[in-house]
Amino acid sequence: MADQLPNTPMLDELEKGKWPSFVKEIKTAAAKNDMSKDLLGILEKSYNEKIGHWKHGGIVGVLGYGGGVIGRYCDVPEEFPGVSHFHTMRINMPAAWFYTSEALRTIADIWERHGSGLTNMHGSTGDIILLGTTTDELEPTFQELAQAGFDIGGSGSDLRTPSCCNGMARCEWACYDTMKACYHMTMHFQDELHRPAFPYKYKFKFAGCPNDCVASIARADMSFIGVWRDEIQIDQDKVKEHVDNGVDIINDVILRCPGQCMHWDGKKLEIEDEYCRHCMHCINVLNKGLKPGKDRGCMILIGSKAPIVEGAQLSSVLVPFIKMEEPYDEIKDLVERIWDIWCEEGKARERVGEFIQRVGLGNFLEAIEVEPLPEMIAHPRENPYVFYEEYYEEGDDDEEEEEEE
Amino acid sequence: MADKLTVDEVADQMYKMVADSQGQKKLKPGDLTKAVKEVYGDKVDRKLCKDAIRSLIESGRCVYTYFGGSYIELPHREGAAND
Repeated sequence: MADQLPNTPMLDELEKGKWPSFVKEIKTAAAKNDMSKDLLGILEKSYNEKIGHWKHGGIVGVLGYGGGVIGRYCDVPEEFPGVSHFHTMRINMPAAWFYTSEALRTIADIWERHGSGLTNMHGSTGDIILLGTTTDELEPTFQELAQAGFDIGGSGSDLRTPSCCNGMARCEWACYDTMKACYHMTMHFQDELHRPAFPYKYKFKFAGCPNDCVASIARADMSFIGVWRDEIQIDQDKVKEHVDNGVDIINDVILRCPGQCMHWDGKKLEIEDEYCRHCMHCINVLNKGLKPGKDRGCMILIGSKAPIVEGAQLSSVLVPFIKMEEPYDEIKDLVERIWDIWCEEGKARERVGEFIQRVGLGNFLEAIEVEPLPEMIAHPRENPYVFYEEYYEEGDDDEEEEEEE
Repeated sequence: MADKLTVDEVADQMYKMVADSQGQKKLKPGDLTKAVKEVYGDKVDRKLCKDAIRSLIESGRCVYTYFGGSYIELPHREGAAND
């Protein structure tokens, strides 16, 4: 191992200031291994040349699995042999990212023995990301992690590692046990997680309430968002307390309600729950006075994705309300039906949301044997996807034409 | 209903498809499943195809690869790999 770190004037600029710096972290790791030292060198080179020097993909993995390892090589191995191979390993995190400090030390120790010692905690899907190792070290790392109770996560055209908010473990708004649901589905769909069989990636995210702390509505192919179907619980005394303590209930709550379903007469708050859009805004502001209703469950949405092959999409409603109770058979059955049609008819690298757009929601619903409902919309009270033929009678078109004339 | 094929029979058929297309076209697991279903009709189902793919991978006869999506190929030297 060379004694000196490479000369990196441009990276050094990013060490200045009082905030944590990735350069400082890589330099700390570089004191222990050549991989991180050469990572500094290649990054400085990229900054100077304004060009990336990485290639990714390929054949690497651990025996039997098709996901969880992302092959990465540099295109200047002679200059930076330490990062000639710099594969990433994705490790399935515990539900809601709960660890003991001992578990974190175990992972860190394993990674210092087999890789660069650098990690992202966590990747955007939620996995523990171990950055940088060689092909030879993949299997030994996997075996040691398995002995410590950790398994590899998803990558490629498979079910990506499911993630969830910390739900009932730490949050008063959770409408169902996100962690149990996430754990259960992760265990149930192990085969789909480790053996890519889909046209492209598929993500589950479990959010306990419509605040959606895991951003499932923007990033999961299938979002499970906790909701209630009865009335918001109101404690009028506490609401009054909020107002007495300075909350501007008219401007900050009533006028910001997207359903315009709230009324305040100076003493009492009234909510027309049938117009509530479950946005959580009033509950977040008047958090002592309001609570989600008592009849709680989850709404399933489908189709969101970040812009990779095509543009970004938000998910839209598939199941307006379902009770989240073990063994989740109804949900598993729905998931299987979606995968059946998507695997059969989906194009390579076509996310399920793009597939639905291509074939039309009506056809998709028919294929997965789900009845269309008025809640299946892109935005509340707007543009329903489904064309209800029964609303039109023969001759309607003729009448319209006559009126126009 | 026709007698189902065995996992090994389906795996052999899939292996032949992968070998025949190696270097010409990359096949996804879904492509193999569809192709086998086309040949054998109701003698195979999705579960049998999944088991056959798993057998191919675990025996080392085929490997998963990633090039923008996941594919199944014969083991070969990594094109992008550095010595």
